[in-house]
Amino acid sequence: MERKEVFEKLNEIFRDVLDNEEIELNDNTCADDIEEWTSLTHIQLIVEIEKTLKLRFTSEEILEWNNVGEMVDSILAK
Amino acid sequence: MLQFKELKKLLKTDFANLPSIKMALVGDTATQFLAVAIKGMGISRNYNIDLFEAEYNQVERQFMDPTSELYEYDADIIVVFQSTHKLGEYHSQLSVEKQLTLAEDRIGFITSICSNPVLAKKKIIYFNYPEIDDTVFGSYANKVTSSFNYQVRKLNFELMNLSQQYPNLFICDIDGIQSKYGRNFMFDTNIYVGTEMVISIDALPYVASRVMDVVCAIKGQIKKCLILDLDNTVWGGVIGDDGLEGIRLGHGLGIGKAFTEFQMWIKKLKQRGIIICVASKNNEETAKEPFEKHPDMVLKLEDIAVFQANWETKVDNIRNIQQILNIGFSSMVFLDDNPFERNMVRENIPDITVPELPQDPGDYLEYLYSLNLFETASYSNLDKDRTKQYQVEAKRVSFSKTFTNEADYLKSLNMISKVGGFTKFDIPRVAQLSQRSNQFNLRTIRYTEADIKAYADDPSIIDLSFTLEDKFGDNGLIAVVILKPCDSETLFVDTWFMSCRVLKRGMENYTLNTMVECARKAGYKRIVGEYLPTAMNKMVEKHYPNLGFKKIETAETDLYELEVESYQSRECYIATQTNKQ
Repeated sequence: MERKEVFEKLNEIFRDVLDNEEIELNDNTCADDIEEWTSLTHIQLIVEIEKTLKLRFTSEEILEWNNVGEMVDSILAK
Repeated sequence: MLQFKELKKLLKTDFANLPSIKMALVGDTATQFLAVAIKGMGISRNYNIDLFEAEYNQVERQFMDPTSELYEYDADIIVVFQSTHKLGEYHSQLSVEKQLTLAEDRIGFITSICSNPVLAKKKIIYFNYPEIDDTVFGSYANKVTSSFNYQVRKLNFELMNLSQQYPNLFICDIDGIQSKYGRNFMFDTNIYVGTEMVISIDALPYVASRVMDVVCAIKGQIKKCLILDLDNTVWGGVIGDDGLEGIRLGHGLGIGKAFTEFQMWIKKLKQRGIIICVASKNNEETAKEPFEKHPDMVLKLEDIAVFQANWETKVDNIRNIQQILNIGFSSMVFLDDNPFERNMVRENIPDITVPELPQDPGDYLEYLYSLNLFETASYSNLDKDRTKQYQVEAKRVSFSKTFTNEADYLKSLNMISKVGGFTKFDIPRVAQLSQRSNQFNLRTIRYTEADIKAYADDPSIIDLSFTLEDKFGDNGLIAVVILKPCDSETLFVDTWFMSCRVLKRGMENYTLNTMVECARKAGYKRIVGEYLPTAMNKMVEKHYPNLGFKKIETAETDLYELEVESYQSRECYIATQTNKQ
C-alpha cells in the first residue's frame, strides 16, 4: 500500500470515529490538533484501523506514536 | 447488535425526555467505555441512564466508606464489575494457603454489599467472572483447590448461591457472553496494555446489552409469550403438503434433529412460565395432527395456550391471541421462518419482537440464545401453571356465552378468594406480579422480593394479597394492595394491581370491600388513591371514580379519596377464605 493510500484510509476512519468531517490528516497531525482525539477515542481509532487494514499493532506501538506520520510508518512497516 | 460507535452516537441524540434510571458503575478496571456503552444501550431501549461512574479501581473504598460518592449519589441500581484479571493478579500474590480462600473472601465482600442496610432497597447488578485458563496446572487445575481456575469457577458457583440468598443481588452473566463468543473476542491484549480495559471494544455492546437486559427486567419489561409459526419453524416441511410421515422431525441424522432440539427449548420456556401460542396458516385439523400423532413431537397440544390455525393473516391471529391473553404486544415474541410474514407482522404490530430467524434451521437455537429474549428479574414455581390457566380462561369464555345475565354467570362460577397479609410463601409471587403487571396497575411501582418482605415485616403497612379460585380452576395469586398510613386518619394506596386474567369478575369490588374493612378495623377514616398514567395502564384511568372515590380537585396529580365510614359494600359474588396458608 502506498503512503498516500494509507493517509486516505486513515482520514476516512478518523472522520468516522471522531465524528468530525473537517479532519485533514498530515504527517504532523497529533492529538493536540483534533479536539475529539482523546486517550479514549485513540483506542477506538486503533481498533477501527486494525479492522479496516486487517493488521494488528503491538501494545507498545499504540503508546509510542507522536503523530499521524509515525502511525503511518508503522502501518507501512507491517 | 449495535456497534460501540453507534452506541456512542446515540449519546449525541436528544434523550432527555426518556424515563430516567439512576445507576452507578463501580469497577476495578477502566470502565469509561463500558459506561458509554451502557448509556447508549439504555437509549436504544428508551431509557435515559443517569450514570454515576466511580473513579478507577475504587470498588472497596466506594462500598466501605459511608461518606463515599457512591452513597452520596444514591443510585437505584449499582453495577459492580470486579474483573477476573485483577482477581488473577491478586491470586498470584497470595500464599498457597490464602489462595485456597480466594473465592470465599470475595464472596464475603459481596455479601457485605448485599447485606448493607443502606443498600437494602437498591439493586446490585454484579458481573460474574469470565474464566481465564492460565494453564499453570493444565487440566490438573481441576484437582488443585488453590489453583486460579478452581477458585474462579468456585466463585461463579458461589455467586449463584449468594444471589438466591439476597433478592437484591442480580448476576449479570458476562461469562455467558465469553462462552458464546470466546475469550479472544472478549479481551483485546494490546488495548488492555495501554488502557486497563479488560473488555474489547467489540464486546462492549454485548456486555452493555446484558446489563440492560437485567435493568429492563427489573423495570418490568419482560417477554411473557412466544407465538410460533408451524411449517418450517416447529418442524421441517409443510404438513399440508408433506403429510404426517413427510415432515422432518426427530433424532438421528438430518435436519429433523434441529427442529426437535428447537422444540425442547420451547418446552423449557413453557415450563418456565412463558406462554406458548401457535399462529399458523393451515386447516386447524391438519395443523394439530402432528401434535397429536407424531411420535417425535416434543411439544404437545397441552403445551399450547392458544392455538390459531386458519387462513386469516398472521397479524389478525396475533391480535386474537393478544385479546385472549390480555397482555401487551411488547411482551410478545413471534417466530416465523418466512421473511414476508415477519415483515408483515413487524409493520402492523410495531411493539412485538420478531427475531430475524436465520435461513438454516440448524442455526435457529444458537441465534436465539444470542438474543437473550427471556431475561427476568423474578421466578416462582407457580409460573409453570400459567399455560393451564390460559387454557381454562378460554373455557370460561365459552361458558360465559351460555348466560344472558352477568350476575347469574358470576354466581355460577362459585368464586372463592383467599385473602391475607404477605407470607413467606407468596412474597416471590407478589414481587413478580409487581414487576409484570402493566395494565391493571394504578401506580406501577416495581418491587423486588426484598422490598415486599420489608413491607410484610412493617406493622404500620397494610399489605393484602388475593387469590381467586372458581369452578374451572385456581388462578392463584392475582391481586395485591399495599396501604401506607399518611396520618392517623388517612391510608394511602401505594400499590394496587391485579392480573388481567381476572377482569370482569367483580374482583375490584371485592378488593375494595376488603380494603375498607381493614381500614375500618385499624381506625382509619379515609382512603386516598392515586392514578399514575403510563403507556400501558389506561385501562384503570377511571378506576377510582368508578369505585365511588371522589377526585381531590386541589391535588396536582390524579388523587381520589373515599370516606371509610359511609362506605357501602359493593356487590360481588366472591366468598372469602381467610386461613391463608
